[in-house]
Amino acid sequence: MEGIVGYGAYIPRNRIKVEEIAKVWGADAPSYKKGLMLEEKSVPSPDQDVITMSVEAGRYAVKRAGVDPKEIGAIYIGSESHPYAVKPSGTVVAEALGATPDIHCADYEFACKAGSEGMFVCFGLVRAGLIKYGMGIGADTSQGAPGDALEYSASAGAAAFLFGNDGVIATVDATHSYMTDTPDFWRREYQNYPRHGGRFTGEPAYFKHTLGAARAILEKTGLTAKDFRWATFHQPNGKFPLRAGKILGFDKEQLEQGWLVPRLGNTYSGASPIGLTAILDVAEPGERILMVSYGSGAGSDAFVFTVTERIKEVQDLAPKTRDQLDNNKRYLEYGEYAKFRGKIRKIEE
Amino acid sequence: MLTPSKYWRESPQRYRLEAAKCTKCGKVFFPPRLVCDSCKNGEFEKTTLPDEGKIVSYSMIHVTASNFSDEAPIALGIIELDNGTKITAQVTDCTEDELAVGVPVKLEFRKVQEAGESGVLCYGYKAVLKR
Amino acid sequence: MREVAVIGVGIQKWGELWEKSLRDIFVESALNAMKDAGVDKIDSMYVGCMSSGLFTGQEHIASLLADYLGFNPNPAVRVESACASGGVAFRQGFIEVASGFSDVVLVGGVEKMTDVDGGTATYALGTAADQEYECYNGATFPGLYALIARAHMSKYGTTLEQLADVTVKNHDNGSLNPHAQYPFKVTREQVMTSTMVADPLRILHCSGITDGAAAAILAPVELAKSMKKNPIIKVAGSGHATDTIALHSRDDITFLRATAEAARRAFDMAGVGPKDIDFAEVHDCFSIAEICVSEALGFFEKGQGGKAAEAGETRLGGEIPINPSGGLKAKGHPVGATGIAQVHELVTQLRQDAGKRQVKNARRALSQNMGGTGGSALVHILEVA
Repeated sequence: MEGIVGYGAYIPRNRIKVEEIAKVWGADAPSYKKGLMLEEKSVPSPDQDVITMSVEAGRYAVKRAGVDPKEIGAIYIGSESHPYAVKPSGTVVAEALGATPDIHCADYEFACKAGSEGMFVCFGLVRAGLIKYGMGIGADTSQGAPGDALEYSASAGAAAFLFGNDGVIATVDATHSYMTDTPDFWRREYQNYPRHGGRFTGEPAYFKHTLGAARAILEKTGLTAKDFRWATFHQPNGKFPLRAGKILGFDKEQLEQGWLVPRLGNTYSGASPIGLTAILDVAEPGERILMVSYGSGAGSDAFVFTVTERIKEVQDLAPKTRDQLDNNKRYLEYGEYAKFRGKIRKIEE
Repeated sequence: MLTPSKYWRESPQRYRLEAAKCTKCGKVFFPPRLVCDSCKNGEFEKTTLPDEGKIVSYSMIHVTASNFSDEAPIALGIIELDNGTKITAQVTDCTEDELAVGVPVKLEFRKVQEAGESGVLCYGYKAVLKR
Repeated sequence: MREVAVIGVGIQKWGELWEKSLRDIFVESALNAMKDAGVDKIDSMYVGCMSSGLFTGQEHIASLLADYLGFNPNPAVRVESACASGGVAFRQGFIEVASGFSDVVLVGGVEKMTDVDGGTATYALGTAADQEYECYNGATFPGLYALIARAHMSKYGTTLEQLADVTVKNHDNGSLNPHAQYPFKVTREQVMTSTMVADPLRILHCSGITDGAAAAILAPVELAKSMKKNPIIKVAGSGHATDTIALHSRDDITFLRATAEAARRAFDMAGVGPKDIDFAEVHDCFSIAEICVSEALGFFEKGQGGKAAEAGETRLGGEIPINPSGGLKAKGHPVGATGIAQVHELVTQLRQDAGKRQVKNARRALSQNMGGTGGSALVHILEVA
């Protein structure tokens, strides 16, 4: 049976608190913290980008899988912050992992859903027997315009999943994708920051697609919320995923382990994938997991996984997600954050 | 100046720490070379350097070359990897008071420099402190 | 092999010579050397220059400078070995005269460094290190010498005060040298609070950016005698050695192997040892460099160079005066010219013409010039014949 054979997450060590951002823009920090359930977010160092975080997450995934990188037949990186407008991220990652040249690479973009797209395609190729192993990565150094509501959440992180059919740690039992054309959030060519439709991003966008995909996969599999030990949803803020989970009948205890957003922020393409890594870090054999991504524009990919016995052998082989989230943090002031994120105008030579 | 070909040629070393081991005396060379300086043998086997080691010496460079000025100050170190091979690398994500001779580090994949505003992005290894 | 003498030397006041081009500076020093030697023609010429291309955009300078000196069609060669280019030019000229191939050879060095901005100069100087495995990762020259300094401090207990004392001594000497770029004294406190460049090295531990040239005329001792030169200053020893240019490739980054080897060769040739040397001009591109060089030359035990500097053993009047000219620190460091300027100081002192900075009764002296972090090194021993 096909499934995940290795996984890894990477979270930069820099953080900025909601209060530090609010102070600069004269905004009301308590209302952001309460309204969006956000405390702080991760920030990439100037020498980190989607490629570097994908390499680290990918190395952890290979380490846990214990496979020869030359047997990886595809690497797909989903992101809306690929460092190049033209030139693949995937080839750099493939080269760094030692997986070139007999491999297929593509960079995906579908707002915050690009990571689960890579996972979905890798799973499909493995099931079709076209490749032995395939790596799907979700990674972002998310952009949020200075002063915009997105600036409080847009963060950085990556998750990588290696799919295959031997040494599986979590089988893929079902998938379902659900999408319509819904312009709730976008970034035009040559623009530095995305724009969004405000409250339009909620009901007709996030909730319609997330719940649509989740309900369809539950119906397809004949499962209900109580058949799952864990669930993780796309997490653009603290509130949305908890509400989506509640509507579907999940309780807080099922949602909490993969609910990283209050202290991680929204890692865009990395969001529900990193949530899944946090769950795999603690999962026990036989447990069932629901993951539902969401990407503006708009669509959701849903997956049902069942954890196998092998999970216990791999959990400790690479850094765990919540350890990276909780330890070794360094808090930035807004000035340093602005420098790190290239928000300061300089002389152009 | 960093041109694409000059950057690309070194990528096996910078991306994957590929080194060459003399088949006769076992000396490891990073980057690989064509003749062993110890035993003059010309045959090597491919090997990969370990990604962990310790700081042999370090300096916080405040006046950098112009292509690093956006990241100043940068910490530069000589790192002795666990197999004994020494390399020069930045020590990233750290403050000056955390640096000391003998401190254990591991190598991570990072962006090392950019060839100007529109040129190629150049990646490689940097050390981070093991915490 | 014939015995070779230095029959003339020339230099000018160094500094930021805004109104003079590379060719002006070189020709000025070369003409001074020829006048000093009393010759009006030469058989061939060697010019040491590290990077006229990156600093001024001009290559092919040997023929250019021969033209502006009025020496065409005689042969002229540019040699490059980073900051040791001048030392290499001297040695090549020495070999050519010693071999009998030529009688009168001009050896010179030049660098015009101020036509580019600081970042470009840092880049150009950085090309003397391993571009792909040091500079790619952010290394600069102050940074690499800072790595040496930190290791020396960690291994031998060398102190920041000892590093500062090297600078203080060289500025004391430089204040007595009319050709020096920075002819003023500094205090230990000024050094230790000056702007940080690459920790632990501050700006007053570093040599500056200098325009300058120097030249010397070499001829067989027999010819010098027939010209009634007095004293006759003979090249008694010449040693040249190489090492890895990447600092990290060396077993011990605090020990300058190439300098030690070049010294061994020069001492063997001259039949003398460190104790027979009256004073030395050495390559103090950074204060830590002078400490390491003084150990590699055998003046002090490994690890004792800093303590010796603090104890005043390298001052004028000390056990072994080092850099009576002010060294690279106070005199300036136009990189390609430095190796020849050291010879200028040796000759001036051996002629007892050094005025207030004269090393008393100097009869035999040593110069040490190196490239990069010590990947190339030259040692010459000159003595009054």
